[in-house]
Amino acid sequence: MSRLRLVWRKTLNAIMLSLTGLAALAVVSVLFLILGYLIWNGGKSLNWDFFTKLPKPVGETGGGMANAIVGSLKLLMLAALMGLPIGLLAGVYLAEFGGKTFSFVVRYTTDLLNGVPSIVIGIFAYTLVVLPVKHFSTLAGGVALGIMVIPITVRSTEEFLRAVPVTLREGAMALGASKWRTIATVVLPAASGGIITGMLLALARVAGETAPLLFTAFSNRYWSDGWEQPTASLPVMVYTYAIAPYDDWHRQAWAAGLVLLALVLLANLGTRLALGRGTVRSV
Amino acid sequence: MASISQGNNASAARLAPQVRMTESSTTGSQREAPVRFQISDLNFFYGPKQALFDLHLKIPANRVTALIGPSGCGKSTFLRTLNRMNDAVRNARFEGEILLDGQDIRKMDVVGLRRRVGMVFQRPNPFPKSIFDNVAYGLRINGYKGRLSELVEHSLRRAALWEEVKDYLHKSAFALSGGQQQRLCIARALAVDPEVLLLDEPCSALDPVTTAKIEELMFQLKDSCTMVIVTHNMQQAARASDFTAFMLDGKLIEHTETSKLFTTPTDPRTEAYITGRFG
Repeated sequence: MSRLRLVWRKTLNAIMLSLTGLAALAVVSVLFLILGYLIWNGGKSLNWDFFTKLPKPVGETGGGMANAIVGSLKLLMLAALMGLPIGLLAGVYLAEFGGKTFSFVVRYTTDLLNGVPSIVIGIFAYTLVVLPVKHFSTLAGGVALGIMVIPITVRSTEEFLRAVPVTLREGAMALGASKWRTIATVVLPAASGGIITGMLLALARVAGETAPLLFTAFSNRYWSDGWEQPTASLPVMVYTYAIAPYDDWHRQAWAAGLVLLALVLLANLGTRLALGRGTVRSV
Repeated sequence: MASISQGNNASAARLAPQVRMTESSTTGSQREAPVRFQISDLNFFYGPKQALFDLHLKIPANRVTALIGPSGCGKSTFLRTLNRMNDAVRNARFEGEILLDGQDIRKMDVVGLRRRVGMVFQRPNPFPKSIFDNVAYGLRINGYKGRLSELVEHSLRRAALWEEVKDYLHKSAFALSGGQQQRLCIARALAVDPEVLLLDEPCSALDPVTTAKIEELMFQLKDSCTMVIVTHNMQQAARASDFTAFMLDGKLIEHTETSKLFTTPTDPRTEAYITGRFG
């Protein structure tokens, strides 16, 4: 009896282990399939012109997406300038100051905002920025992406601040530091690695957003000067080029996808290396 | 006669530490040493729950007072009331009076109070900064303008850590061992030259050798500092303290000279606790 039980237990253990292992493998292989396909197709179409030239008119082959690369960077910069400070400060509020009721409302709202479909946020930015001036603009696209950055930053900042041990705060307060001083000189530095990683993930997440840009930043076949003209961006270019009926455009869409992914990956890796481990260091 | 000489010695301690060293462990009753903290009618509440009941207690200057008692008896709560660390705890409040050198701590500026009453915690809690910046932290936030490096060295020497870290001052404090980190935290507390040092189970996470170092340190610090230590280790209370207070369920059961409390306790509950029959 007990021997049978033992065998059954071992079998069950083996089954469950292989099931979880298979699931993990599935996750990894999906990512690597996408990556491999992207690198295979995108790599073939990538050349120096892609980074330096403007798109060619329909019918001509060649050209590049220099304007879309710069456009994407400009949009991300706007999103960072608008979303990150608000997200950081709200996260600090939630983790360090918030009373019960108001914090609950803020946290809940943040989660809801995080779940709002990106196209709805696009409509919001359209109503807010595009309609009053009656034209698409880089600014409008930045606003849409900035709004999307906020909830992700808030929650990751809050999480990493909460992971800082209470004893660290008490240590500073026992030396006579005020609450704000404690946060600024001890708590935030202790959590900085995680917070910055969270911010980058937020930016990486919105870097690939297409829907909210379709009717805010729109697109542009040429360079976009300043902030008030519509601008090209990599994700919108991928969309436009992928659904077009020209083989050359398809190749360029693959290349754009690869560049977009590479940008996000590089930013991520770079900061991870610069910061060491992306977690809170505690005792 | 004895009482007068004891009092004189204690008040002269800051001027002539060497003299005090030899006599600090000689006994003198609680009344004879000058009083640093005078606590009367202290009742403490976490919301509706009362944690401390009618505490009356005098903490003598330049002595080590140990607080013992089973977990949850209110030792730490009491300790944290002395520098108002509980201010930050939601719904916590206390009634009664705590006088530091005759001044009501509730009327004092909390920053000033904490500068005078330093604290060392159960687990070492160095800041994620260099060793130097850890010690300098209290000086900087208090707007100290003098030569930081001299005071940092002085504090590290007082905490018996200088020789071990003098070549690594700008390395992260996390590179130190647990015992070194705890001494760093003591140095950090000492840097602002507090009159009182509150120690909340400072050795519970440390090995016996390091514990011995810290007890030795406490002995030396008696010249300049009044210490209150919460400990679960009765041998430690017996070794390192001059006075011991036994607490149970938020009440102060017995408070007297350490030698007396451990040899001839007056309350049966104290006896039961120190002989290991409960707690």
